[in-house]
Amino acid sequence: MTAAMGARALRQWLPLAPALAFLAVFFVYPLARMLALSMEAPEGPFSYYASILASPVYMTVLGLTFKTALGVTVLCVVLGVPTAYLLASLQGTWRNVLLVAVVLPFLTSILIRTYAWMAILGRNGVVNQLLLRAGLTEAPVRLMHNELGVYVGMVHVLLPFMILPVFSVMSAIDHRLLRAAESLGASPRRALLTVFLPLALPGIASGALLVFLIAIGFYITPALLGGPKQVMISNLIEVQVTELLQWGFGSALAFVLLAATVLLMLLFDRFLGLERLTV
Amino acid sequence: MRTVLYAVGGLSLVFLVLPFAVVFPLSFSASPYLEFPPAGFSFQWYARYFASAKWMAATLFSTEIALGTTALALAVGIPAAFGLVRRPFPGKGVLMAFFMAPIIVPYIITAIAVYFLFVRLGLVGNPLGLLIAHSLLAVPKVVVIVAAALKGFDRTLERASLSLGAGPWMTFWRVTYPGIRPAVVTAGLFAFLTSFDELILSMFITGPTTVTLPKLMWDAVRLELDPTIAAASSLLIGVVVLILGTMEALRRKAGIRVPVS
Repeated sequence: MTAAMGARALRQWLPLAPALAFLAVFFVYPLARMLALSMEAPEGPFSYYASILASPVYMTVLGLTFKTALGVTVLCVVLGVPTAYLLASLQGTWRNVLLVAVVLPFLTSILIRTYAWMAILGRNGVVNQLLLRAGLTEAPVRLMHNELGVYVGMVHVLLPFMILPVFSVMSAIDHRLLRAAESLGASPRRALLTVFLPLALPGIASGALLVFLIAIGFYITPALLGGPKQVMISNLIEVQVTELLQWGFGSALAFVLLAATVLLMLLFDRFLGLERLTV
Repeated sequence: MRTVLYAVGGLSLVFLVLPFAVVFPLSFSASPYLEFPPAGFSFQWYARYFASAKWMAATLFSTEIALGTTALALAVGIPAAFGLVRRPFPGKGVLMAFFMAPIIVPYIITAIAVYFLFVRLGLVGNPLGLLIAHSLLAVPKVVVIVAAALKGFDRTLERASLSLGAGPWMTFWRVTYPGIRPAVVTAGLFAFLTSFDELILSMFITGPTTVTLPKLMWDAVRLELDPTIAAASSLLIGVVVLILGTMEALRRKAGIRVPVS
């Protein structure tokens, strides 16, 4: 390598160096250590993983995590696509005002939003107080510490992640295409389903995949709004590490979750491109 | 068909703002417990929040950590964005994915990995540990936001400046930086908010003398639903609204794109 080439390489890598070093030391290295820890079981390198597969408890939690993530994703599609459609068909002030309704929750911390839902759904929460006062029920109804609470909380947190990418794709669709379809004899409904929807599909797919990806790693919402039967894999990892002090086993569980995340991410990149992760 | 879509969309928007419509009134309640609709108007919960040494200490501490995180994340992230966008050879995609990894990997995984490392380094319960952990999540956002702005920056302006005799530093400060300043401000706001709201990593690495605001809220929420939390939440939402207003102004002026997670 000549000196000039060396200088050029240095110029290209130098600005990247601090960030690369920072991530290498505090992100890659700890993850590698954790992987090693997950294989340091006394009974052999894969025994923690084998016991996850063999244990009905862990498999149930894993199954529940994926089931919940899938359910939340379906709900986000069902609610988010019409919302994006509504926003995209508006213009000017109304569009901006209603966009705030999406972006404000998006920027507010999950903890605050989950707290608000606890105040709404709790035993002495807003809904129960209103129900009791209206005489519709005699005893408080159980609205949280169950599946309902988890779904409400998670959909609330994840809905903006669905709406924003779909909205951004939908607002770029040329509405003359719809008018062309209608002028050629398609009913408004048919134009919507056969012209508009296929064009919006990349946005819907990236929103749905993103929601699912974030949902499988959820911790705060299931911990506060769920009950003992709504434990997700993140909660299980936390318990293993902080309460049971099973670092190796907790690490193995974390790597199962990480593998699922990486797999989904590769799918995302393959079909949609990582650059879609901005709005 | 259209009517149904509009109705579902409208209801979803109501669902999205509902928690805000409840927390604000609750925070001004005159009642001694969570009562809705609130029985009267008072500032008692705000008074209690501002009078509480515990809440004030956590707010101050979180602000300090968030400011430190903003500085560190910008210092590390801005050069990285330059290196990434102005890299002539391939491999950009892989590098970008690498830089985004900390905000894509579920936080609980990063949290325990960092916790194991910090236990050995003695960084648990240490402000430096929080600064590092929060920066881990803030750097990717800074890189994404600044890189997006740099991609849209017209480099002929720089060449013009250089050809007219300005040196590289002068060109950077007088031409490039003013062009990407809205993105840098947005990135800084995101970095601040990332740290200020961070809970999952903090849960593992805060100690008795390094309690952040989200950690204190987490403990308070789990113990009892004291309306002081409603007051603290409303103030935090106020901070978010301010930041949102600033970002919206910048977005309109400069078309900044922000990362989604």
